Amino acid sequence: MSAIYILWLRELKRYTRSRAQIVASLGQPLLYLLALGFGLGPVFKRAGNGSYLQFMAPGVIGMSVLFSSIFSGLGLLWDRQFGFLKETLVAPVSRIQIMIGRTLGGATVAVIQGMLVLVICLIAGFRPAHFAAIPLAFGFMVLIALLFAALGMAIGSGLQDMQGFQLIMNFLVMPIYFLSGALFPLTQQGVVMKYVTRADPLAYGIDGMRNVLGSPLAAFDPRLDLAVLVVVGCILLAFGAHRFNKIEI
Amino acid sequence: MIRVSNLVKSFGSFTAVNDISFEVPAGEIFAFLGPNGAGKTTTIKMLTTLLNPTSGSIELDGLDPLRNKNEARGRFGIVFQDPSLDGDLTARENMEIHGVLYHVPSKLRKQRTEELLKLFELWDRKDEQVKKFSGGMKRRLEIARGFLHTPRILFLDEPTLGLDPQSRNQLWTHVKRVNEAEQVTVFLTTHYMDEADRVAHRIGIIDHGKLVMQGTPAEIKEQTGSDSLEDAFLKLTGSTIRDESADPAANMRQFAKMWSGGRR
Repeated sequence: MSAIYILWLRELKRYTRSRAQIVASLGQPLLYLLALGFGLGPVFKRAGNGSYLQFMAPGVIGMSVLFSSIFSGLGLLWDRQFGFLKETLVAPVSRIQIMIGRTLGGATVAVIQGMLVLVICLIAGFRPAHFAAIPLAFGFMVLIALLFAALGMAIGSGLQDMQGFQLIMNFLVMPIYFLSGALFPLTQQGVVMKYVTRADPLAYGIDGMRNVLGSPLAAFDPRLDLAVLVVVGCILLAFGAHRFNKIEI
Repeated sequence: MIRVSNLVKSFGSFTAVNDISFEVPAGEIFAFLGPNGAGKTTTIKMLTTLLNPTSGSIELDGLDPLRNKNEARGRFGIVFQDPSLDGDLTARENMEIHGVLYHVPSKLRKQRTEELLKLFELWDRKDEQVKKFSGGMKRRLEIARGFLHTPRILFLDEPTLGLDPQSRNQLWTHVKRVNEAEQVTVFLTTHYMDEADRVAHRIGIIDHGKLVMQGTPAEIKEQTGSDSLEDAFLKLTGSTIRDESADPAANMRQFAKMWSGGRR
């Protein structure tokens, strides 16, 4: 237990110490909110779908949780290169504890990041249906964060160099984001897009937040959102643990 | 204490460690010498459960590190050849993580951290982030950390690389002290033959993955008809220079240095 705690704490300390990184990682969602939120807002309204800001705020929150959590797993690459991974792998602690500590740490950081973006959204003019809905949205953030921290861990366990990292960024992380319906509604898509977006776990996370926060154009039943996140999350946690267990240096 | 028989490790068609066998009895300081790329680090990685051997067997303090990984890990400590600190944490936090991972009780952890950081003259900088440390300070911190828990076996993979003579002296004095006082078995690699000659009870020389000779420093000098261990080493391994190809880790470090202005 203490090993899990100390590794969790390490992730948190690293996060709070890299202030430049916190500011930088808030810049991107802010850009989406301002550029797209205000830029596409009038078109969205004219199409009869109400406020674009109301619609996309959960998407932008989902984006920052996705990036932050998946990066924490890919951070294994850095720890591998700078050697700290070795230090933890030779310690008399089971790999599963190390994996859990790191995943929980990464997920915690991602949720903090998501809450900060929620605050920014509120400042920008986003209004949830009830403020009582915020704890529920927080719950969805936790699920998204755990799911993608585990996915990041599964991928990070096999990453050897920067090129691999770029590949994952361009061919996995960005598609997960763009196909999640963070920026456009999933309600009236053609057949291909319908199935592709439905295979994206982030779609359910963002849709879940739309449901509980009362944003327009939610596509699925909130119970379906919850079920998919829990099931896929558990599978990815097991998969991440399995991959982490296989690391050789 | 350490028993290795017919150990082999191949990476594809390349055999890094080719059928080596040796034994290190309890309480001995054993130096494992060899040119770059001879297979020293690969052997240490297998001994410390970081790599699985292709074939052969290992016994650490009576345990098979392949089957009882965690138990075996509890018996040894290691100072790696490459850096393995977390640069974003302070010196004390790096020590603390190590102590927790090795189940050192909190009170003892604090006490030993203070002793060791003072011994390696890092106590004044204990609350500074490690990325601000110089190369020598980081090295000293790694060594101090290796001594935090009292292992039965201590692996030192080129521990003196990049250390000034003062720190080197401090290190070997301390290694000898724990070896004598606590009967810690020490398995070390180094490129400095004079250190091996001075510290080690016995020496094994490895080249191209094969163990070419083992014995006390005196025996090795005698058998090769050399005055110094350095001469003996050159006679056994030849005088051509070996180059290791840069591994991805080294490339990454280079890359990171460029980006962070060398703060790591």
